[in-house]
Amino acid sequence: MQIARVVGTVVATQKHPKFEGAKLLLVQPLNLDDTPRGASLLAVDGVGAGVHEKVLIVLEGRAAGEALGKKAAPVDAAIIGIIDHVDLYGSL
Amino acid sequence: MQLARVIGKVVATRKDERLVGIKLLVVQPLTAEGQPAGRPLVAVDTVGAGTGEHVFFVRGKEASFPFYPVEPPVDAGIVGIVDHWDLEL
Repeated sequence: MQIARVVGTVVATQKHPKFEGAKLLLVQPLNLDDTPRGASLLAVDGVGAGVHEKVLIVLEGRAAGEALGKKAAPVDAAIIGIIDHVDLYGSL
Repeated sequence: MQLARVIGKVVATRKDERLVGIKLLVVQPLTAEGQPAGRPLVAVDTVGAGTGEHVFFVRGKEASFPFYPVEPPVDAGIVGIVDHWDLEL
């Protein structure tokens, strides 16, 4: 799992049927110091996350499908939690 | 999943038989700002996407799920056509 921030929303009318009812959000993975890491990506929202929130994402198909509550869904990323805070022990 | 733009198509006559009838498109992944990100790749189309359209695609084994119970040997698939996206940084 990775820490990311929700940076946008995506609207798609024509999509695979398994996406019906799913909310698609643009998320930017973060380093532990909250700087962006790598490219932003699309994730289905399983928890009601909103823009600007820090979230926990899974980047694996089976887990993402579980978060969506659908079997054999063609998804590879999902938001599975909204992060209240992260506590780090020691220096990075 | 990742944002991308369809920039071409691939025609292959001789291929794995499970790929027969499946459209192969060349996609350029995009950043959230709409700029090219990384190298283009080939993805199967499951939603009727066309050249120039903004789409999103899935990577990995899940790309084959739209063809279930057939499991074509693919690792990237277009699963949606993007109407628009909003970036709020």
